Formats: sequence, C-alpha cells, structure tokens
Amino acid sequence: MIYDFLVIGGGVIGTAVLYELSHYDVSCALLEKENDVGTACSSRNSGIVHAGYDCKPGTFKARFNVRGSRIFPELCAELGVLYKKTGSMVIGGADSLADIQALHERGKINGVYTEILSRNQIAEREPNVSRDAEYALYAPDAGVVTPYKLVIAYADNAVINGADIFLNAEADRISRDSGVYTVTAADGRVFFAKSLINAAGYAACKINQAANAEEIRQDYALGEYFLLDKRESKNINTVLFPLPDSRGKGILVAPTAEGNVLYGPTSTPVTVPDDYAVTAEGLKNIRDSVGRIYEKANFASVIKTFAGVRTVAGLDFIIEKSKKAENYITIAGICSPGLTAAPAIAEYVGELASEITALGSRKKYVNYKEEEASGIAAVRRQDSVEKINERIRQNPRYGHIVCRCETVSEGEIIKAIHSPLTATTVDAVKRRVRAGMGRCQGGFCTPKVIEILARELNIEESEILKNRKGSKIVIDLS
Amino acid sequence: MYTDIAVIGGGPAGMAAALSAVKLNKSVVIFERDERLGGVLNQCIHNGFGIHYFGEELTGPEYAKRFADTVMASSITVKSETTVLSITDDKIITAVNASDGVFRIQAKAVILAMGCRERTAGSIMLAGTRPSGIYTAGTAQKLINTKGLAVGKRAVILGSGDIGLIMARRLTLEGAAVLAVLELMPYSSGLKRNIVQCLDDFGIPLLCNRTITKVVGKDRLEGVYYAETDKNLKPIKETERFLECDTLLLSVGLIPELDLIADNDIRINPATNSAYVDEGRMTSVDGIFAAGNVLHVHNLVDNVSEEGHIAGASAALYADMTDAQRAQRADRINIRAGDGIKYVIPNYINTPSKSGVDLYFKVKDVYKDCEVCVLSDGETIYKKNRRILTPGETEKIRLDGKGLNKDTEVFVRERK
Repeated sequence: MIYDFLVIGGGVIGTAVLYELSHYDVSCALLEKENDVGTACSSRNSGIVHAGYDCKPGTFKARFNVRGSRIFPELCAELGVLYKKTGSMVIGGADSLADIQALHERGKINGVYTEILSRNQIAEREPNVSRDAEYALYAPDAGVVTPYKLVIAYADNAVINGADIFLNAEADRISRDSGVYTVTAADGRVFFAKSLINAAGYAACKINQAANAEEIRQDYALGEYFLLDKRESKNINTVLFPLPDSRGKGILVAPTAEGNVLYGPTSTPVTVPDDYAVTAEGLKNIRDSVGRIYEKANFASVIKTFAGVRTVAGLDFIIEKSKKAENYITIAGICSPGLTAAPAIAEYVGELASEITALGSRKKYVNYKEEEASGIAAVRRQDSVEKINERIRQNPRYGHIVCRCETVSEGEIIKAIHSPLTATTVDAVKRRVRAGMGRCQGGFCTPKVIEILARELNIEESEILKNRKGSKIVIDLS
Repeated sequence: MYTDIAVIGGGPAGMAAALSAVKLNKSVVIFERDERLGGVLNQCIHNGFGIHYFGEELTGPEYAKRFADTVMASSITVKSETTVLSITDDKIITAVNASDGVFRIQAKAVILAMGCRERTAGSIMLAGTRPSGIYTAGTAQKLINTKGLAVGKRAVILGSGDIGLIMARRLTLEGAAVLAVLELMPYSSGLKRNIVQCLDDFGIPLLCNRTITKVVGKDRLEGVYYAETDKNLKPIKETERFLECDTLLLSVGLIPELDLIADNDIRINPATNSAYVDEGRMTSVDGIFAAGNVLHVHNLVDNVSEEGHIAGASAALYADMTDAQRAQRADRINIRAGDGIKYVIPNYINTPSKSGVDLYFKVKDVYKDCEVCVLSDGETIYKKNRRILTPGETEKIRLDGKGLNKDTEVFVRERK
C-alpha cells in the first residue's frame, strides 16, 4: 500500500494532522515509535489552552495560538475531550504594572481580550492568589485540557475514519524513488508514501536528516511538575502564572481539567530529550516558587511528581514545506503554546498538504466519543443514576469498580482496551480512563488492571507492560 | 433499603464491628469492595496473627476466616464486590455493584472500617525516573501472595514499616536477593519481632539514617542511589552510593483511607490524619463511628478486632437511642496527647464507665527507662515505669475510671 500521506510521530501534532487529513479523500497513516500515542511531550506538559496574548505578534506562535484557542471549546465537545474554560491570570507585584500593561497591549495586537485587575479584583476572582499581588492580567478565554486525552481522541477518530496508525514503528531510514518514499522502521517493517509529514517532536531533526530535508537545530528544556490530590482543587479555579521571563511562562499553579492541581514546570536546558528524571533541585525550585503567586501551596497533598522535555527551535515554530525534499512537510520546535496551537497547526498543514495533492472536499465524518464516565460526580446527579443503572443492567461489568480512587469500572477499562487504537499497557489504560491516576497511584488497582489486560489481550500477566517496551511489571521466573 | 448499622469495609475491624452489633440484635450490612471478606489479611500469608485475640498464632487468611465464617453464619448482610460512593451526614449510603447497580441504603449508624492505603513514590517526592519495578510493599505483597507472580530478582526496600520488613522476608523466600532495607529515621517503625524474624534471621541489613537520592532506569528499574542523612534528615552528598537492583519496595507510611467522608463535617486529628473519637469510637458526626486502620494505624490485628468490637457495640447502643437520649451528654472529658505522645485514642470520653477505659497511644521517639503518666486536672491518676517505648508500637494502658476529670493528659518522661 502506498499512502498519500505518512505522518511521522504520534504526539498531539502528528495525531492532529492525521485527524485533519482523515477528513479528506486521501489515504494516510502515522508511525509512532512507542506502543501508544502521546507518551512524550504531549502527555508531559501543563495542559493549558493559552489565550495567546503573550506571543510575539506576527509569528506562527501568535497566529496558531489565537486560532487554536478559539477552536478548542468546540473541538473538545466534538471529540468528547474534557476542556474547561478557567481563565488565566499573570500575577505581578507592586512594580509590575508596566510589564502587565505591555502584555495587555500585546494581547490587543494579537486580538486577544484581556483585563488588568487591581488587588481587590484579583481577590474577588481568586481569593488564594498571593497577598503580594498588586496587579494581574486576566485572560478569560484561557482554559485547561487533558493533553493526552486529546491525542487519544485525535487518534481514535482518525482510525475509525480510515487512517492507519502503526505503533512500535520508529522511522529509521528514509529513501525516495520514482516519487515514492520508503520509510524503514527500526524493526525492519517498511512503509510507502507519496508525501511525508515530519511531526516527530524531539526527533524531528533526525527525521529531516534521514529524508535529506533542511537541517534543523532543536534545543531541549526539562520541565518538572507536582501533581496534587483532587481535594486541593477547591482552592483554585483559574490558571495562575508569574510574570513571564526569558525562559518562558514560569512556574504556574493550575487546576487540571480532571480536577487535580498542578504546580510547575521548571525549565532547565538539557541535552537528552527523553530522560524524564525529576531532580531534587527542580522540585525544590518549584517548592520555593509557588508561594510567590499562591497562598495555598500544600506539598502534603502531592500525589505524583513527573517531568517532560519540550523542544525549542529558535523563537518560533517551524512549519514549512521542504525546499530540499519533494512532497515533504517539516513541523519542528513545537514548544509552548504548542498544545493550544495544535488544532490550528493541523489546519495549516492541511493547506500545505493540499498544495502537494488535491484533498477534495471534507467528507462526512464519524465521531468516536467516549461515554460519560460512571464516576461519583455523575452519580450525584440523580438523573444520571438511571442512565448508569441501565448500562450496568446491559453490562454488569460497569458496576464493578476496579479503581477506587477515581471510581473506574471494569466495563470502562475493557472498553478502553478495545478502543479504535487498542490500549495494551497499564499506563495506556490509565491515560484513557484514569485507573491508577488517583491518590493511591495504582497501589490497589494495578494487579486488577494487569489481570484484565492479560485476559482481554489473551496474553500472560507476565507480558503486561507498565508503559515502554522493557517495562514489565511482573517477571517470569521460569 | 434500610439497616440499623452500615459497616463500610469487611476487613478485621469491619467484621468485628458487625459481629458486635448483630449480637445486640441489630440489622447489619457490610459493604466490601473485594469478592471476599478479610481485607488486607487475605494477602498476609505469614503467621503471627491472633496471639492475643485467639491465644494462638494464625496466618492472616486463617485469622480472617474465623471471623468471616461467623459473619456468614449470622444474619449480617454482606454486599461484596460493592464500592461505596458516598456517605451523607444523614447516614444515607450510596454504593454500586454489578448486580444491584447504584443503590442507596439508609442506616441509623455507620461504622467506617475502610483501612488505610500506602504512601507512594509520588507522595515522597523521590528524585529520578519512573520505571517499572517500583511497588508499594502492599502491592508487591498482593501480586506475590495472592496472584503467585514474581516482582523481581534484586530488591531494595525503602522504609522499615512492618509490611516492608515482612516483604523483605517474603522476597527472600521467593528467591530474590534483598540487598538492604533503608530507613530515614534512626530507628525502625516496625515491630521488634519483625526486625528479628524478617531481617536478622535472613542476614538482611537494616541501614538507618539513609534515604534514596535518585531512582535510575528508563523502562525497568536499574538501580538506586542512596545516602546517609544528617540530623535534619537531609542526604549527605559525599556519602552517596549506588545499588544495582531491579525492584524497589516502598514501606514509607500508611494513610487512613478516609477520603469517602472528606466532604462530611468530621473533625480531623492532624496526628492521625483521621477522626477525633470518643470512647465508643464515635466521630464528631453523630452516629458515624470509626475503627481499625482507618482510625489509626495499628500494628497488631488483635487490637483492630478489639477496636471493631468497641465501635460495633457502641453503634448498636446509639441505634437504639432516641433523639432526646442522643442529645443528652455528660460533661465531656478531653484526653490530650502530652509530652512525647504522638496521639491518644480515644480523644474524649462522654460517659466514663465504672469498669474503666483503655487508652491507646503511640510515642514520638524512642524512650528508654521512662514512665508513662496520666494527669487529670493536675492530679496524677496513673503512673507506670517502662523499660522501652518505640514509635512503631501502639501502647495500651487501662485507667480504672477513678479520678478522671475534664482535662486529662497522657505524657511520657525519662525516669529521674
């Protein structure tokens, strides 16, 4: 099979592009080197849908941030991805007015509505903002989303609309002959396509090199985070930023879409793009910083620390049709606000793709949406109890709770495993239905999830992975 | 649906509570998440249970079975594989299972017996990567003992709580090499007998004043860096060493699993992270009782059962009371944790019994040649010499009820 388009990389950008292309009458596929989509930077970020006031006017960043932010609410509703419009505040002290005003002016140029709040107005909106705050830039259109859920939704929707996703397929060698690219994966599998789209994230430079496209340089920055227990969410409704500096947007405090609270990220230059080790220094840095913008920092409620690495290529995103390689599109340096920009980048890449091959008109699209979760929140609404009970009558496994912290039923786990893009690991299940995402961090449910995965995939429990190849949870002694 | 007593959790505390309540002719429903009664005892296949309660040494499943058989032979309703979703202050319980769906039960009294959960790698802010091969001790115990699976070949254990000690022995017996048990504090928080029987007997070193400084491994754990700690419990960089291992077990503390009632109006004692209770184990919310590890972390199941019986009997009495009787309260006696005491249970006494009251407490540090004293309105009403007290062990003293006054304090001091 020779695909019209082959996307390399299954992060939020790659899957968004695949989702976009799958709306047209072209054949398309995606190669992902891990055993699930969205496992690198796309699941290791703040999950903020930025309003777009702070990007330099005229840049790709400004253009796609603002457009992305506008698309997000409807897109998430369509895909069944949890998105919350929380608004955001940049918090400044007594001497911050000039900086806040500059951001406000920049917002105007970018076409983003913001307000400058005084001390009392801040306290009214968000009582737990630092008492040192004198001014804040309030952007009501900012929001939060669960980033890996967006990636999964893009992937599932693309797959049921005819796109192919190949996992464990690390693009290794690329050649082109008689107008057809041959991509050989590390495991020897070969894929053919008329056009290539490089959305390989941190590995984008390597892919461009393999394809003889333009040489690009990417730098990497480690960002560490604290994830807090859901009980902390009662203290905060808005995304809180310090004043931005040369390294980025700074260490924020944010409610997550699913009801936790996030502190982070740090921003430390690193050379290895896939080493997600958190450092004692980084964690200390966050502990020292959060109190400057937020009064209710509570490190006793931390349930997890994690890190991600973002990829930077100079001051702007790189999104271009290659001048060296035929029928080849490079997407690189997608750092913040990359998640917000993703849907808009995908639209633009669609335009670039149509310059290569006529895409025709957008076809009728089948939407694959997750069912409403059977969590406590749903049960508290009397009207949903009947709905949940109807589902349990049809399939009793929806009444059997496996993850107690997040109230996830066996039925939901089985459905996640057999979703259009099969979930095969404990973490893949966790990203889809939150089993193991709660305060006990899988202490109670991991053995059960292993059992369900083994049964549903018809393999031994000792074959079940936590996440990456080699991450076996139990070992075979025989 | 209606019941006199709803028991949340079918482990040792819940079963004992249910049995005491049914003995007083109350209708009782036990809600249990697992398919069978017994709670964590079902995965504790080692012996040492029941010496005080049954006067003989049993394994965990044997201890659980004795209670479970009695429960099953009684009129108690057991809702197994059932997860409680919420408990209101009016004692309406919402739960879900495969056969009933989401259902509600109105109770007169509720006994919380949900046990505890383990602290995780995330909550102790371990530096390094997050590969597979890191387990809380209890999760590893479940995988090994109830599912017959092996977790790894070369193990390090962080924390010397009882489950960590027990698992050091279990891993050794399963053929794994346990390189060391690392403990942040200068002493183990486990029982002396477990240190002897689980570490010393197998030549496993217990290294105190040590902590893990970094976890290494991309996919599966490859090793850990550990270091000695200074007197502020901070690692001393120069002492850092590497241990190659594929398995890390965490035994770094237990947290009462009280989250189900986090939205209720229950007063929480920061020393136990659980409810303040009276002598019948009633919390600050009328008619809601707590017993077992959900109230405070016990090291002997025998004490858990005893506490379950106390809560079950007093919940049954409560169910019989009229609103007027419930409102009528004697002057409350407060029991405070004084010098050297981490916490005392109960926290207050409503009606001093003529037969006296048992106080359970834990100390904050190791005390040698000391005396435990109880002071009530300035008068010493109890004093006893002790050779050694350690933070890991729950102590029990019995007050005969005489001289108990409004303000009572338990403290420990070195003997002069």
